[in-house]
Amino acid sequence: MRENPTASADRDTPPTEWSVDVPETAAGDGGSDVRTSNDRLLEQYRRRSRKKSAVIVVIAALLVAVWGYAVVTGPIPVSLSETVSVLSGTDTGTAYQVIWNIRLPRIVAAVGAGAGLAVAGAVLQSVLRNPLASPYTLGISQGAAFGAAFSIVVLGTGTTSGSGPILSVIDPYLTSVSAFTGALTSTTAIYLVAKYKRATPETLILTGIALAALYTAGTTSLEYFATNTELAALVYWKFGDVSGTTWRFNALLWFVVAAVTVYFTRRAWAYTVLNAGDETARSLGVPVERTRLFGMVFASFVTAVVVALFGIIGFVGLVVPHIVRRLIGGEERILIPASTVAGAALLLSADTVARTIISPIVLPVGIVTSFVGVPLFLYLILRGREYW
Amino acid sequence: MSDGRTAGSAGGSDGASVDPVISFDGVSGGYDGDAVVADVSLEVHPGDIVGLLGPNGVGKSTLLKCAVGLLDPLAGEVTVDRRPVRTFDRDELARTVGYVPQNEPTNFPRTVFQTVLMGRKPHFGARPGARDRRVVATLLNRLSLDDLAMRDVNALSGGQLQKVVLARALAQEPRALVLDEPTSDLDIRHEVEVLSLLRREAPNGLAILHAMHDLTLAFRYSDWLVLLGEDGVRTQGPPAEIPADAISEVYGIDVSVHEVDGERIIVPTGSPEPTSL
Repeated sequence: MRENPTASADRDTPPTEWSVDVPETAAGDGGSDVRTSNDRLLEQYRRRSRKKSAVIVVIAALLVAVWGYAVVTGPIPVSLSETVSVLSGTDTGTAYQVIWNIRLPRIVAAVGAGAGLAVAGAVLQSVLRNPLASPYTLGISQGAAFGAAFSIVVLGTGTTSGSGPILSVIDPYLTSVSAFTGALTSTTAIYLVAKYKRATPETLILTGIALAALYTAGTTSLEYFATNTELAALVYWKFGDVSGTTWRFNALLWFVVAAVTVYFTRRAWAYTVLNAGDETARSLGVPVERTRLFGMVFASFVTAVVVALFGIIGFVGLVVPHIVRRLIGGEERILIPASTVAGAALLLSADTVARTIISPIVLPVGIVTSFVGVPLFLYLILRGREYW
Repeated sequence: MSDGRTAGSAGGSDGASVDPVISFDGVSGGYDGDAVVADVSLEVHPGDIVGLLGPNGVGKSTLLKCAVGLLDPLAGEVTVDRRPVRTFDRDELARTVGYVPQNEPTNFPRTVFQTVLMGRKPHFGARPGARDRRVVATLLNRLSLDDLAMRDVNALSGGQLQKVVLARALAQEPRALVLDEPTSDLDIRHEVEVLSLLRREAPNGLAILHAMHDLTLAFRYSDWLVLLGEDGVRTQGPPAEIPADAISEVYGIDVSVHEVDGERIIVPTGSPEPTSL
């Protein structure tokens, strides 16, 4: 019955430790068949990983190109040579003002917000095993918006500047905390539904729609009771706009996005293992509940900061991870950093379009992402259903 | 142990001198406090394949989950290497017991290589190293999955996917494997392929506990069988000592046992009593 003669030969002392007998790599010399076959597989895997890393480099290059274009483009013409002298510090005239006080803050904000929303979407999709998950579709953005609006209207953390309807958040920290509180209520609801109802992707998204409706109603109620100036400010802020940013906002935003991305990247393999299902993941040593909860909380946090500073910018968190998966497959250790870079590139492109499409009128970026995002969302629903 | 198991099982290993890897001592298992299965005692020694048999809903999966720490027993104790399962930390248990669940969900694209590499997670923690990748390559070759290595698991057939999941469990380099109907979706060729693989690896020190529906294959590929009925273990022993009437009783259908080409074949005779489910 035994098919392993060597093993049955020494049955008196049966081995008690099972392990995979791994042949060393053949490094040049003509090794055994197994060895060369192993090397071939490892080479395939390595080549594949390198190709995926190359995709990140290409997207990053694209981001740099759009960044450069965004710096030199706008209603006030700034030539390339002027730009160079501004950035090298030799020009401190109008061009200096335009670049350092108007364009660069906005660019840096768009890059940070895009990265944050995209990475939040990527992680939400992975930890919930749900291709339709994103801060926007799960009602997390809307919860954050309600929290932020609450702090602006009730706690008085925002004001409108004298020059226009653009809202200035005067206390980004308190607004962010309030937004995070709102976001967490949505996250908690989603988490509980996922945990106790063994929800299908569709159930979770329907829950998200309900939450979004609830918080939108809440925000509308706040508007009803707001003063005229607050109202104008809130409505403008609801569009999702990065133009009201400051270097102080940007520092907060980038710090949060960087910290959360580092955390997510370190947990990438745990998220990958979650793909195999909760039971398998637990049998592989991954603390499933904790990984999912922490992933959702950090995703909500970065979403809340973006929403508190700039309002709701939809679809970036949903669409970007899908575009990246198309390019590199679903490997979280690449997906997470790649989504960050791609989200930055996408939102910066959208913002550049928003600034230039009907120049000199500058649109809020949220309008552009919605016009681009909705067709992509529909495409995902109608054609992109291969994995859900 | 209450089953009075004597030293040595059908596999010929000297059970008395080697500690069991997995042992159940009066285990009751179930959900939300309701016991599905009660008072089960059994042992799985290195080199042995132990099969759990019994009709649907009798608690086979429940017991297997207790062995991998997915479920806490309602009563009794499951020990691995003589230590209660609940005292292990997650990674430590995952390095000791590999689990092949009944089905593998598929959704986002992931390659076969990456899926098997998941099995190394309890060893590598944050990111895999060179040996982890080599273990995966070795197993893919050994299970003839090398041509599929870069394929998306969502595009595999049921048989291929089952082998990938088995490779992942082996990549854990566990001392015990727990398999929940590892061959339920497979055609006869893949079924025999998977079972022969287990048969081949067991003598190298793996303790294997599996649940199965195909009685003939279970008899052929197990060293020890545990027959579960409504009231827990009906009988257990080497396949040759499991009486046909116990099988008939547990499954509610008459069977006869035949010997064909030196293998025992279990054939249902007569029609089952109509049951109200």
